[in-house]
Amino acid sequence: MSNEDLFRQLKFRDPARARALAEALRHNMDAIGREVSVMHVCGSHEQAIARFGLRAVLPPGLELIMGPGCPVCVTDGPEVDEAVALAMQGVRVCTYGDMLRLPGTARSLADAQADGGKVEVVYSISQAVELAQAHPEEQVVFLASGFETTAVATAAVALASPPPNFSILSVHKYVPAAMEIVAASKETHIEGYVAAGHAAIITGWAIFEPFAARTGAPVVVAGFEPLDILAALVKLTELIRERRPEVANVYPRCVTKEGNLPAQRSLWRAFRTVTGRWRGIADVPGGNLELVPELAALDARNRFRIDTAGVRDAAAEEEAKGCICGRIMLGLATPEHCALFGTTCVPESPVGACMVSSEGQCRIWHTYGGVPDLRKVG
Amino acid sequence: MCLGVPGKVIAIDGLDATVDFFGVRKSLRLDIVDEPVQVGDYVLNHVGFAIRRIPPEEVQETLALFDQILEVSGAKEDLMAADVRGEMAAGKDQK
Repeated sequence: MSNEDLFRQLKFRDPARARALAEALRHNMDAIGREVSVMHVCGSHEQAIARFGLRAVLPPGLELIMGPGCPVCVTDGPEVDEAVALAMQGVRVCTYGDMLRLPGTARSLADAQADGGKVEVVYSISQAVELAQAHPEEQVVFLASGFETTAVATAAVALASPPPNFSILSVHKYVPAAMEIVAASKETHIEGYVAAGHAAIITGWAIFEPFAARTGAPVVVAGFEPLDILAALVKLTELIRERRPEVANVYPRCVTKEGNLPAQRSLWRAFRTVTGRWRGIADVPGGNLELVPELAALDARNRFRIDTAGVRDAAAEEEAKGCICGRIMLGLATPEHCALFGTTCVPESPVGACMVSSEGQCRIWHTYGGVPDLRKVG
Repeated sequence: MCLGVPGKVIAIDGLDATVDFFGVRKSLRLDIVDEPVQVGDYVLNHVGFAIRRIPPEEVQETLALFDQILEVSGAKEDLMAADVRGEMAAGKDQK
């Protein structure tokens, strides 16, 4: 059967099934009988939700909020400053494309590049290693961003004896730690979570069990097709209705209970969790991934004296301009609450981090029509 | 960034695999894949690393899903399709 034939039969976008799921969702919400807020923590989920207008089919009492699910967005300004400082002191800095325009406290890597700093966009850390091999006379630093799924790639390179002129500036973030912050927030009352399917390929779904048990909020692991997400919401509202703080996996075609064990072993051989600042959010205990002491020689923070004095602005500039990215990433506000959204803050000239990355909520909402909650625009 | 795009393994040299993504050949690392991979298997790519061997019974379904994502996106502005293309590009070009 060709792919063409198959996706005619595909179950993941079938309108009849979507309607049946929406009906089941309505039934669950009727049984709960009050308003419920749930959160997802994945930029790819928000892309699918916004692109397919999924919020339009949710029952009125169900609010689906995006949490801190954009790794670029939560990379802190001073972390970007470190990379900018390295680029300006003659080090070749390589990083993923979304990071280029992410503002530091004063400047981005794109600004550093315009000022003559050596900045390279790569699709994979392997390409940065190759650049180091091709330029043995230079120091090459990889600015390693992303959640744990991406950190396993960094770990694999760190453990494979990269060339001596290569080092890593880790700004990797660990999502389960940030979910704890959201769960502890007194301003939001999140009753359940949709967890990101492809991140769970690595971690396995069982990683969320202690969180669900401790916070009383169920967690459902979901794929990124419209019906995957609706099915996850049906399961989640069912668990909320029955007061069962459990973990369910509605994405078994990719995610297993224990996850990718070789990848997990690599991850924890290379990294340990430390408290770290998430942009606009808080100091998150266990929220950053730092290279273990055994790999200290590979850590750019050890190899170089990184002096950010010349590239830093002590005032938090984005917030001064009225940017509310922090509140958006915590699920306390949406882009429509921001006076800058779509006016002075647009993808071509972003003010805040959420407009920079393709996984940021502001960027996604701007791309798919401003306020992609069709219940609100009629 | 976290989608994981499927491709077919064409050749393997140690931990380097040559993988075909919808007609584009790229090199992927096999350091952290969950199961042993052979030529002819399908794997999910994340930033130039295979993160999962796709069980044979799921291959067609997984490929069709991604075909659909790429097709819907005649629109250049589509963020999900752009992320998928970025993932496909992750890995060095095969000369």
